[in-house]
Amino acid sequence: MFALVDVNNFYASCERLFEPRLEGVAVVVLSNNDGCIIARSQEAKDLGIPMGEPVHKVKDVLRRERVRVYSSNYALYGDLSGRVVSVLKRFTPYLEVYSIDESFLDLGGFTDPAAHSHDIKDTVLRWTGLPVSVGVGATKTLAKAANRIAKKDPALGGVFIMPDDPDEVLGNLNTDAIWGIGRRLAARLDRIGITTALDLKNADSKFIRARFSVVVERTVLELRGTPCLALEMTVPAQKGIMVSRGFSRRVTDYRDIEAAVATYASRAAEKLRRQGLSTNKMTISLRTSPFSPAPERYANAAGFVFPEATSDTTHMIKAARHCLKKIYKPGLPYQKAGVFLDALEDTRRIQRGLFPPPGVDPDKSRALMKAVDRINADWGRNTVRFAVTGMQRSWAMKQNRKSPCYTTRWQDLKQVGG
Amino acid sequence: MPSDVIISGRARDGGAENTTAPSALPLYAATVQAGFPSPADDYLEGALDLNEHLIPRPAATFFLRVTGESMTGAGIHSGDLLIVDRSCHPGDGDIVIAVVDGELTVKRLYRRRGRIRLLAENPRYQPIDINTGQDLHVWGVVIHAIHSFV
Repeated sequence: MFALVDVNNFYASCERLFEPRLEGVAVVVLSNNDGCIIARSQEAKDLGIPMGEPVHKVKDVLRRERVRVYSSNYALYGDLSGRVVSVLKRFTPYLEVYSIDESFLDLGGFTDPAAHSHDIKDTVLRWTGLPVSVGVGATKTLAKAANRIAKKDPALGGVFIMPDDPDEVLGNLNTDAIWGIGRRLAARLDRIGITTALDLKNADSKFIRARFSVVVERTVLELRGTPCLALEMTVPAQKGIMVSRGFSRRVTDYRDIEAAVATYASRAAEKLRRQGLSTNKMTISLRTSPFSPAPERYANAAGFVFPEATSDTTHMIKAARHCLKKIYKPGLPYQKAGVFLDALEDTRRIQRGLFPPPGVDPDKSRALMKAVDRINADWGRNTVRFAVTGMQRSWAMKQNRKSPCYTTRWQDLKQVGG
Repeated sequence: MPSDVIISGRARDGGAENTTAPSALPLYAATVQAGFPSPADDYLEGALDLNEHLIPRPAATFFLRVTGESMTGAGIHSGDLLIVDRSCHPGDGDIVIAVVDGELTVKRLYRRRGRIRLLAENPRYQPIDINTGQDLHVWGVVIHAIHSFV
């Protein structure tokens, strides 16, 4: 028996926790750079504001309906997401963190899943202030479908247990409501007469496999209550680290782009060190808008292989500049740059080269990086940084409407009237 | 070269090659090749951790900052740091964070014989009555206030 626990309107609910005034008010959260709407409170959904819509297209309704608009505050969302997971872990150690706002739990062994699910929902709400919905089913796919139903129908109180015979329920769901069935796949299924989740459940699995794929066949079996997908409890080792952001405006000047790329490289190195990893290879990418006229359309990337795996910011910045020089073309209106690190390995198990690269003292480098991370942890990110990352940062991401980092910065604590 | 680490127990004579090199290990882990271990080794317990002492349930605990003088009688002053546990059930006499007119406020909860009030701890502030049929939204229970003297 699986449960899927999902925070309702996660980002909007996070914003609400420290701003009780937002209760009952339409709230939307914007993507990086304040470009598109990536999260909506129920009230905003009810106003018909679409997901993923560019802000400028819905400006009128936002103003008219006095929708509260926030830039994304990932420090806050990440902290609260971690709290939800630790509350869930009090109920069972068998848990898979599926996304920032969803976890699968193994409810095997619990005699009364309904009572248990209500207990989970109430505890998460009380402890973290975030409302969740719980869907329970014999497989992950059925649990996910149950969760969707729990969310859609307020009368259910946030919990839905898929009945032992789910046919009636599945008959009322379109295939695109099922986990793993996207809109295009749903259209293809529809063409051969498979419209509802029940149709899919009753389809010949061999035929589905031949016509579509083994993945869709697995969905059919899961809808029949045969678990094909187990909990993935161990986080797979990260294959690569990506730091990539769009600029707040078009950037042409080499110095500005160099500063941006150096900043991303520093950030990537920090991420690397936090996980105790080192990288063997860096790739720098740079592009203009894909919608720009042909002479300005440009995208390129360059890579660098380190002589020895490293997590040192100075090495990262050097390599990043080296790569950038290869791909930078003057005069173009650049829109986005990125740093990608891969071939990662555990820093404690690095293969030391027979001839260490000159000028590299691993002990010194590690001590310096430790000091930098320490200072930045205590005093806030970017207290100490490399001069090349720039002082003005006119290219930095636009986040004009970000709420305070209530749970991760001392200077941002919520004020309460006394 | 004598070691920088002070080793509990007696080091062997002429211990240059026997002393442990300086390291970040805690003292009690630095065992000596020969000699007698300190009788205290069995009783070492690690450093005191304020987080552990003040925050029994980290997932439910939030820090908030006070502005205002209404709770000085309870020893809560403007600028103090409040440690708030949302998992605690608010009862009569608890200091709570409540939502009043869409704002968070810290007050003492009065809850007796069906009557609910939010009490200030400063004679210059009036209590807030919660009328029958009205809901009081308690955000969390204040479990500690940290007042800094420097």
